Amino acid sequence: MSVLEIVILLPILAALAIWLGAPARATSVGAALINLAIVLGLLFQFKSASAGGAGYAFESARVVLENPAITFGVGADGVSLILALLTVLVTLSAVWQIATDKPAIYHIASLLIAGGALGAFLSTDVFFIYAFHELALIPTFLMIGLYGHGEDSHRKAVAWKTTIYLGAGSLILLAGLAWLVLEYSGGQKLTFDLNALRAQAASTPLPVEKQGLIFFVLLLGFGTLVSLFPLHSWAAPAYATAPTPVAMLHSGVLKKFGLYGIIRIAMPLLPQGLQVEWVQHALLYMLLGNILVMGFVTISQRSLDKVLGNSSVMHMGYIFLGIASGTEIALQGAVILMFAHGISIALLFALMGRMRAQLGTLELSKLGGLASHAPIFTILFAFGTFASIGLPGLANFSGEVMIFLGAFGSDGSSTLGPLQWTVILALWGVVMSAVYMLRAYRSVFQGSANAGLFMNDPVVSQRIPLMLLAAALLIVGCCPWLLLGLLKSLSVVPVAAM
Amino acid sequence: MSVFSVEIFLVVFGLALLCLEALMPTITRRALSGISIGGVALAFVLFLFSSKSGADLPMFVQPYLQLDTLAVFYKGFALVITLLVLWLMVESSAYLTKFTTGGHYNELFCLPIFVCVGMMWMASAKDLVTVFVSLELVTVSFYVLVAFARKSNLALEAGVKYLILGALSTGVLVYGIAWVYGATGAMSFDGISAALANPTTSKQAALLGAAFLLSGLAFKVAAAPFQMWVPDVYQGAPIPITVFLSVGSKAAGFIVLTRTVTAFMAQGSVIAMEVQTLLILGGALTILLGSLPAIFQTSVKRLMAYSSISHAGYLLLALGAGSARFDLNAGGVVAFYLATYLPMTVLGFLVLALLRANGGGEDLRDFRGLAKRSPLMALVMTIALASLAGLPLTAGFMGKLFVFIGLVDQASWGALICAVIGAAAGFYYYFRAILAMYTSDAQTSGSMVWSTGTKAGAIVLAIVIVVIGVYPKPLQKLLTPKAAAVATH
Repeated sequence: MSVLEIVILLPILAALAIWLGAPARATSVGAALINLAIVLGLLFQFKSASAGGAGYAFESARVVLENPAITFGVGADGVSLILALLTVLVTLSAVWQIATDKPAIYHIASLLIAGGALGAFLSTDVFFIYAFHELALIPTFLMIGLYGHGEDSHRKAVAWKTTIYLGAGSLILLAGLAWLVLEYSGGQKLTFDLNALRAQAASTPLPVEKQGLIFFVLLLGFGTLVSLFPLHSWAAPAYATAPTPVAMLHSGVLKKFGLYGIIRIAMPLLPQGLQVEWVQHALLYMLLGNILVMGFVTISQRSLDKVLGNSSVMHMGYIFLGIASGTEIALQGAVILMFAHGISIALLFALMGRMRAQLGTLELSKLGGLASHAPIFTILFAFGTFASIGLPGLANFSGEVMIFLGAFGSDGSSTLGPLQWTVILALWGVVMSAVYMLRAYRSVFQGSANAGLFMNDPVVSQRIPLMLLAAALLIVGCCPWLLLGLLKSLSVVPVAAM
Repeated sequence: MSVFSVEIFLVVFGLALLCLEALMPTITRRALSGISIGGVALAFVLFLFSSKSGADLPMFVQPYLQLDTLAVFYKGFALVITLLVLWLMVESSAYLTKFTTGGHYNELFCLPIFVCVGMMWMASAKDLVTVFVSLELVTVSFYVLVAFARKSNLALEAGVKYLILGALSTGVLVYGIAWVYGATGAMSFDGISAALANPTTSKQAALLGAAFLLSGLAFKVAAAPFQMWVPDVYQGAPIPITVFLSVGSKAAGFIVLTRTVTAFMAQGSVIAMEVQTLLILGGALTILLGSLPAIFQTSVKRLMAYSSISHAGYLLLALGAGSARFDLNAGGVVAFYLATYLPMTVLGFLVLALLRANGGGEDLRDFRGLAKRSPLMALVMTIALASLAGLPLTAGFMGKLFVFIGLVDQASWGALICAVIGAAAGFYYYFRAILAMYTSDAQTSGSMVWSTGTKAGAIVLAIVIVVIGVYPKPLQKLLTPKAAAVATH
């Protein structure tokens, strides 16, 4: 059994064990710790295992069906390893911070989401990439519907809205993937194996127009899962309602699946898809919607859960900008930002869950002065806040800078093309996120405390998972080359002069 | 040992069981059920050793019977489902005792065995007469089985409905067979396909016969527009019998459908196009008429009935839209789908039977809080429902995958859209049941009582679902016609 298979199966088996009566907390934290150790080990070995950081490492394959060819293949390149690291980090802190009075299903659902996400990130077969993501979605829906916050009817409505949006997105995605696979089969045996599909994409590329069309379908499918504007409206209410570990894992980890799918499946298999002008322009409009429209929407929010939920939607726009430009630097930046955003939003949701449990309200107007009661909590929150604004020294900054610079200089021309204009407009998003995040920070932590609203600092054992995330933000922020070193092999989309 | 020793053994065994029950009134039900399960299990072991596809048949049966890959598969299928049904009968003994006169139902045990023999014979049938005789053996046994709980009004209603409509459909079937014989001059499938390839064969007469024949079979497999009886009969019949109808009767119908459709759609057949259109239209309609009403059901048993209809639709589409690029032909895809359908349906009904045995009903509200009362039962039911919905990594997805790719290859876009609508609706209604299990506001509480053996059986079924879902290769291998076997024929 290969080590990547163990990484995928461990959380799923741990979930099964808890279901059958194993102690929930010990099992889930233990499994998450082991997984973190394994993934860190893999990171150190990656260079030697992958011939200097290019290509897949730790590959293994089991044929599960010969015709149509479906292979349970696993393998990791830099992108998948970074996302696996993100998954195990967020999983560890998510299961760690679950309060002891919560039922075991919190741990089971978190582990299943983690296992599904790891499976999706580490598989090398389109079928399993899709299937593992579905596996992770189900506990998400169930947990929102069953243990979500708010009124019974409200939470059910949110759960169904999320289910319908993501279900429809998955169906569109499935249609797009099936189309892709069928096109490459050319009437012959079908294969879902990513390596075989890549070889076919290199040897017999599809006509450019068709590439654009399939790319667009995939973009809609993956985009719905990542809350690409205007398919985003499920996200903010879902995160505001979801139980804390589910919000952390979905916004931090699972949402990156759509972006990962574009980078891992759509771009290598449809290398000219984004060169089709209307596809690229459509993407640029949509991502500007994410950044500018959602920026204004976020500014107008009056409670912390809505601010964080909408900001998470907004930040996806930057990552899409990195993808849309297709230059190596911007793509590397996009991957770094995926990691950084995942960590920072998970940290913020974890802290928000604590506030909700202790204070009972998240209305910005009712909060205030928490810094004096809970200094450590405040510092941790500041880490998340400043990371998501893009303060230098924290992880998000390096990702955003690389995206903006990479996208602006993408075609090497001296005139301002659509990409350059998008960058110019998107930069205003940074200002907007500073406005809403700093305002939220000020109204929660500074000023005078409102009567009756009191919260204390987390005790040491509860600080550990939060500090872990904060440390990850700081380390990657100060030494982004740690992750960049893994991204040498990132497939670069050749951008012709437009 | 003769290749048909298993069938012969089962006939003798079934009759012996009947005599045993009649001549030894003191025999306990426990002993009787043990003997019947043991006998079928023994038959299954015999089957594993004796039946090899492509074995040489005695001369005198060669015109009537064959033993190809599909025949062997369906024989095994019949034995497995019969074993499971006998097991379910033990699980629902409380229900059967309550609704039979004096709690006496010992003669029930021999009937599934006769059904099993009928299905096994049908799997080998090479001509329409053999098909008809074995189909009647199955159907007549079912008339009795459905109405067996005679103190339950619902069961009696179900029995009458099934009897009248079943008899009618038999009439339609025979009428179709007569027309086909009149048009082609042949009763055997080989003869029919040869005659149909002859351009001088009357197309209208053959088509009329085919339409009647397919209609009669559509009743047996619960396909639209002959599906109206299904919800009432499934709801009224005792759960083991519902399972048998839903899986066994459907499989029996589909082996016959596979054989006839293969003959009708053989190379050069004058009615190939029309039959394919009929199948695809019927399949698409069946999916819609199964999935859409299912959305509004509050009884899980009725929900399973509608789900059974919609699965019949996918099976019809599989039959109508085979793809040349698989190793499996259309019949193989149907068999594959049925093999995935068996564990999930049995498991779903098993949980219903257990709920009933624990004093619950069959409504969605009886499912509330099941996860608290028995996490294991909720887990296996989740797997069964997820598989029925066709979630990836479960057996149900693999079956649907073949159907969808086949539809794409045949460019049947309308049917594909219906299939997608059906799948999407399925996600809604199956997940509503899953959601109900995990809500905490239970109507009834207290832990569920189920024996270790039952638990083990449920776990095995759940594992089978997952294993077929992630590793379907062995099953596909089993159904791929062997090149060597073809050569010896």
